[in-house]
Amino acid sequence: MAATTAPAARKLPIAKAINESLRASMEADPKVLVMGEDVGKLGGVFRVTDGLQKDFGEERVIDTPLAESGIVGTAIGMALRGYRPVVEIQFDGFVFPAYDQIVTQLAKMHARALGKVKVPVVIRIPYAGGIGAVEHHSESPEVLFAHVAGLKCVSPSNSADAYWMLRQAIECDDPVIFFEPKRRYWDKGEVDPAAIPGPLHQAKVVKEGTALTLAAYGPMVKVCLEAAAAAEEEGNSLEVVDLRSISPIDFDTVQRSVEKTRRLVTVHEAPVFLGSGAEVAARLTERCFYHLEAPVLRVGGFHAPYPPARLEDEYLPGLDRVLDAVDRALAY
Amino acid sequence: MTVESTAAREEARRSGTGGKRAAASGEPSTSRSASPGGGKGRAAQGASNKQGAAKKKPAAKKAPAKSRKPAKASAAQPGGDEFVQLLTPEGERVHHPSYDVDLTDEELRGLYRDMVLTCRFDAEATSLQRQGELGLWASLLGQEAAQIGSGRALRTDDYVFPTYREHGVAWCRDVDPTLLLGMFRGVNNGGWDPNTNNFHLYTIVIGSQVLHATGYAMGVAKDGADSAVVAYFGDGASSQGDVAEAFTFASVYNAPVVFFCQNNQWAISEPTDRQTRVPIYRRADGFGFPGVRVDGNDVLACLAVTKAAVERARTGEGPMLIEAFTYRMGAHTTSDDPTRYRTDEEHASWEAKDPIARLRGYLEREGRADEAYFAAIEEESEAMGKHVREAIRTMPDPDTMAIFENVYADGHALVDEERAQFARYLSSFADAPAAGSTQGGH
Ligand SMILES: Cc1ncc(C[n+]2csc(CCOP(=O)(O)OP(=O)(O)O)c2C)c(N)n1
Ligand SMILES: [Mg+2]
Repeated sequence: MAATTAPAARKLPIAKAINESLRASMEADPKVLVMGEDVGKLGGVFRVTDGLQKDFGEERVIDTPLAESGIVGTAIGMALRGYRPVVEIQFDGFVFPAYDQIVTQLAKMHARALGKVKVPVVIRIPYAGGIGAVEHHSESPEVLFAHVAGLKCVSPSNSADAYWMLRQAIECDDPVIFFEPKRRYWDKGEVDPAAIPGPLHQAKVVKEGTALTLAAYGPMVKVCLEAAAAAEEEGNSLEVVDLRSISPIDFDTVQRSVEKTRRLVTVHEAPVFLGSGAEVAARLTERCFYHLEAPVLRVGGFHAPYPPARLEDEYLPGLDRVLDAVDRALAY
Repeated sequence: MTVESTAAREEARRSGTGGKRAAASGEPSTSRSASPGGGKGRAAQGASNKQGAAKKKPAAKKAPAKSRKPAKASAAQPGGDEFVQLLTPEGERVHHPSYDVDLTDEELRGLYRDMVLTCRFDAEATSLQRQGELGLWASLLGQEAAQIGSGRALRTDDYVFPTYREHGVAWCRDVDPTLLLGMFRGVNNGGWDPNTNNFHLYTIVIGSQVLHATGYAMGVAKDGADSAVVAYFGDGASSQGDVAEAFTFASVYNAPVVFFCQNNQWAISEPTDRQTRVPIYRRADGFGFPGVRVDGNDVLACLAVTKAAVERARTGEGPMLIEAFTYRMGAHTTSDDPTRYRTDEEHASWEAKDPIARLRGYLEREGRADEAYFAAIEEESEAMGKHVREAIRTMPDPDTMAIFENVYADGHALVDEERAQFARYLSSFADAPAAGSTQGGH
């Protein structure tokens, strides 16, 4: 996949890594299009598509009317015509006008056509909180999509994954919802466009440990790494698994980790109730019940609307909430 | 808020006695001006309304049928200059065959005061954002006339569904301006009781409120009240399915709703030609109700046209679309950088059409307000700025446990459980020596 003239490895913020990923994908395949609100001249409200319209033209980097159902619906049509649209939804809370198209059409079309058509649409959604925004700009709706068969859902936590996972999502023949942790957009990490990436849906152990496994994805991976560092000082060795993919979930990697550490805490910003952590807990309990020394604990958001910005620090699971769960799990 | 007070207010609102029927000269007369006091008027008119409305010539001046613009048509002036104007940019009073207002000097000065104070409040909010007191602000700069003109056309029993930029309309509805700051400061997601001033909460998801306004209007009609409902939305919003569906429902049910679109030429970085190839007001045609474009920087024209539209709504003639042709003089919000997508020349051309300057020019030329008056307004606006600055600095942060408040009207076991758990968790920090540090409690 890496182009022969791939640029050298560089430290890039996540937003820029995604930009480079889009650029490389468009260079590699003329069928790749970018569509969304304000993605052209403005380069998107987070500047993720900065400069793309200038370099690839208005035919390939398309400022759309302000209508999400229209954006996704027409992206489906273009995919049926052989294009590979990469759609940007401006913020998590604005995907819902398109939810019908995504759930009733995009997700099911391949199956309904008995496999005769493919709809390789990627929907990029800057998601989750932590930027002090107004309502509808901080939500974590990933399970509303992961629950739907026919959709794949992924969320990178760092620049290298952002770059490679998006390239892989665009190459994937299935619809992929690509959740971008917006509060990490400015975090820098090394991106090597000549590297050979692992599979898109494979989880990664990002820190090894022995006493307990933290499983997270997207914005919460950083929090878990910080929690692991804090626990280390208290003599507790935590392993951190970056799930990277929420549909499918790589349970094998989590299982291997848990068979070693014997304790598992799942962490996400989305509400705990019926969240992806519940699925991980249930599967892992089935898979390695006799290895577990403690029930799988879940850390996440509350069953309440995302609060106004001045309460988000309390609402969001941070270091303390993760460590509190770690303590409880270790106490069993 | 008590149940009683709600009930009392509801009674006042429903009975439609909130104000006198507007009778501005030159407005298109309507066939259903009978039904004093509102009462059961609309219900009784029910079936015949539709016929009446169908037979009636729309109040709005019909746009001449024109062939579609070629694909590259500029949206800056679609439809040319066919808009309702009563006050030129130079402050000259002109007349229109279908729409007019006849205002006393005091009323004219009132509109001026409304615009100046709204503008001052807005500027104050922008600077509070710069100082870090607000997380974000969406300025109405340039849209004062569209908002004050339309807002002052309403009675107290009318109901408004705003976007997030209708600070001027809020002012007309007597909403305490400092309440508007709460959601931009991040202390709440709304912050006022919509039923106190018949001004619904700001809505951020583009277009949603236009359906709510339509449904509310359908309810007004069912009640037989003669209130009108106004849905505000932008040029960008006109692309949303919700808005098209609102037009359909309003038309099919002949709902007493006025669709007030402020075409400020931009939806963040996208010019109006990304949303439409025909002038927005002409969309009404296809839905079967009148649409009219008004000079959105002319407060008198906005007042006159909105008055005519709400009068239609009150008298059972159904919806109307108003496109107020205006300009967003500021950035989309304080997070936006318009230099990336629009020119200084465009901005300057709209500066010459300033809504406040033109009314002031008219008042001065006609001798309807003197220097002392303008000085007094200036003083009042200084005081308003001071008040807003003080209010923001004393605005309390919400209590942490507010996260769990009002999630449900009838309660929910899981919310109760999580609230209790979280309270226990928080109290575990209370006696820990390191409480407050990032690792408090550990
Ligand atoms: C459903 C939805 N999609 C996207 C957005 C992000 N957004 C906020 S304001 C805006 C532009 C709105 O333009 P317009 O309707 O013309 O209103 P204006 O801001 O110009 O007053 C966009 C795209 C949103 N709030 N809601
Ligand atoms: Mg606009």
